[in-house]
Amino acid sequence: MPEKKRKTPKLDELEKGAWPSFVKEIKTAAEKNAMAEDLLGQLERSYEEKIGHWKHGGIVGVLGYGGGVIGRYSDLPEEFPNVSHFHTMRINQPAGWFYTSDVLRKLCDIWEKHGSGLTNVHGSTGDLVFLGTRTEELEPTFKELTDLGFDLGGSGSDVRTPSCCCGMARCEWACYDTMALTYFLTMHYQDELHRPAFPYKWKFKMSGCPNDCVAAIARSDMSIIGTWRDDIRVDNAAVTEYAKSGMNIERDVVGNCPAKCMEWDGKEIKIDNKACVKCMHCINAMPKALAPGKDRGACILIGAKAPIVEGALLSSVLIPFIKLEPPYAELIDLVDRIHEVWSENGKNRERVGEFIQRVGMGNFLEAIGVEPIPEMVAHPRENPYVFYEEFFEEESEENPKP
Amino acid sequence: MPEVQPKQQRKTDIGPPHYEKFLPPIIKENYGRWKYHEILKPGVMVTVSESGARLYTVRAASPRLLAIDKIRAYADLADKYSNGYLRFTSRNNVEFLLSDESKVDPLIAELGALGHPVGGMANSISSIVHTQGWVHCHSAATDASGVVKSVMDELVDYFTEMKLPGKLRIALACCLNMCGAVHCSDIAILGIHRRPPRVERDKLKAMCEIPSVVSACPTAAVRPATIDGVPSVEVIEERCMFCANCYTVCPAMKLNDPLNDGVSIWVGGKVSNARTEPMFSKLAIPFLPNNPPRWPEVTEAVRNLVEVWAKNARKYERMGEWINRIGWPRFFELTGIPFQKEHIDDFKHAGLTFKRSVHLTH
Repeated sequence: MPEKKRKTPKLDELEKGAWPSFVKEIKTAAEKNAMAEDLLGQLERSYEEKIGHWKHGGIVGVLGYGGGVIGRYSDLPEEFPNVSHFHTMRINQPAGWFYTSDVLRKLCDIWEKHGSGLTNVHGSTGDLVFLGTRTEELEPTFKELTDLGFDLGGSGSDVRTPSCCCGMARCEWACYDTMALTYFLTMHYQDELHRPAFPYKWKFKMSGCPNDCVAAIARSDMSIIGTWRDDIRVDNAAVTEYAKSGMNIERDVVGNCPAKCMEWDGKEIKIDNKACVKCMHCINAMPKALAPGKDRGACILIGAKAPIVEGALLSSVLIPFIKLEPPYAELIDLVDRIHEVWSENGKNRERVGEFIQRVGMGNFLEAIGVEPIPEMVAHPRENPYVFYEEFFEEESEENPKP
Repeated sequence: MPEVQPKQQRKTDIGPPHYEKFLPPIIKENYGRWKYHEILKPGVMVTVSESGARLYTVRAASPRLLAIDKIRAYADLADKYSNGYLRFTSRNNVEFLLSDESKVDPLIAELGALGHPVGGMANSISSIVHTQGWVHCHSAATDASGVVKSVMDELVDYFTEMKLPGKLRIALACCLNMCGAVHCSDIAILGIHRRPPRVERDKLKAMCEIPSVVSACPTAAVRPATIDGVPSVEVIEERCMFCANCYTVCPAMKLNDPLNDGVSIWVGGKVSNARTEPMFSKLAIPFLPNNPPRWPEVTEAVRNLVEVWAKNARKYERMGEWINRIGWPRFFELTGIPFQKEHIDDFKHAGLTFKRSVHLTH
């Protein structure tokens, strides 16, 4: 039991209001857990002083892994001894973040015994986060987690825990089985996930359609986004129902089509599918009437990242369309070639997107053995500074003497 | 005598449990066979299968930072209403997966009693994706959970109702590392440092490799220097853009500064491909102070952005699409945000962001 209840007037303010309160959560945990009690105290201090009180550095983890645990220490250990160590454990979530009440209770029991009783459900990358424990608790927690069938996720310069949308489990728009691919990649790259050996982190994110519910295009080094090649399926009777219910199909659906490939005459939607860019807007607007085609797969894009170090990047097209079915041999072959080139030539803390910026996309494509195609660019280059590598050394039939 | 323990096999590299273990029977039976979905009311969706099966999803807000007691409360609700099945979303909402429509309203009532509003679907504000802030992060320039709580207390009606022109996605990152997709959000709240790192020489000598500290700097502001005969680094202050990459590599390069740290606001990003291509968020407000516990300046700025957009945007128009239609001068005019030097890019390829036409409204 915690020894004393600290006064936390600033944090108490955040117990009020209609949105669920994280302060209430910490206080609930603090009733039984001294770490949570000291967290509350240290956080109140941060609110008073407008500065964080955590230190990083040093390597902590479980035996044989280089990732999965984030070392964290209070810089006020004498005042808040119970958070002198406050390490995070990242636990690889089940694909799609599906759980049963039974397994959640068992995870809670483990964390009640070994940590602060506080969690993030979930962390930014997708892991279930156990927030705050001591170094000596890491190995026993890991033992109980693996006995329950769970494992740690990624951290540092490794394959980060892959994550995905709920895909075919609950969405009619899933153009491939995101959860199956996520599970497959997670299992296939277990070694790379637990033992950091890359220049920097590598994230896979799988979205089942171009709505991209897991923000793959903004956040993952390899973004795998579902799409289709054939015609949008149209149920004109259902379109008419939407029109009858008050939807302005001309203005709000046809008028918003970026490819201007739709027409609506009051009875029928006509789509020039050759011109359709698969943006999803019309399908989003009328899910009962329109659906992606049946020749489904994914677009593979590469290189997204947040600003650190050289500025944020969105992923760009690498493979415009690929069928994604087990055993995913073509995909794995591609990923392995990229990893090899990037591992060999990337600088420390250089994401693959920044690596491509440095060496040039053309050179990168050559190194991984992918042919350049116009789908990869918004437009061809605007500057004339081409690094030509080939030239004529002597006259030939192709290049006769003037 | 100590007992001799039998040597146990230590399990590693087992990966996560297979997701199939956690799928309700209705999902297993209709996996990949869903036909359409319909949003019945805020936070409630039915997904209908080709077989005719109907799966009801009830989505509730969560603060992301959860005590195990709350997770157990979710588990109890799942047992009572959804045969023990539940999931979480990419924006940290909790979702209960029901086969029985008659249980939807009682579940909503219990979630409400537990303090978790139901909503976040369709044309609403879903939960704010955010980072750790002062709760757990070493490089945070602001708190995360406290700002999010303050902003959502103000905007909760936009979560529980569907009265906006389109979707609005807010994200918060407590420093430029951006452990969330804030750089492509309709509204991004970003913690910023504004002073160069202070080199703690004794610590640097003990903890850091000088070459990696130097090479960590994207603007070559950090260079090796021998100070009082001891190898160390110096910082060319005017070159520093406060990214904190050196601090991540070396804890002796501390940037956190209560006098100068604060919050910036960004607008108009999106990740979805719907209608327009994905876009980065752009700077709206360069700096707002850290003012815990309620961050009134930040809360007010976000409320203003939401309301001006909601009033002026067309149906389906996301923040960035709306701004692209009306133009940035009009955006600054309508929001009342002063435009200043900091809004103009001066990093790489900045010229691409200058206005290079006379397509202007007067």
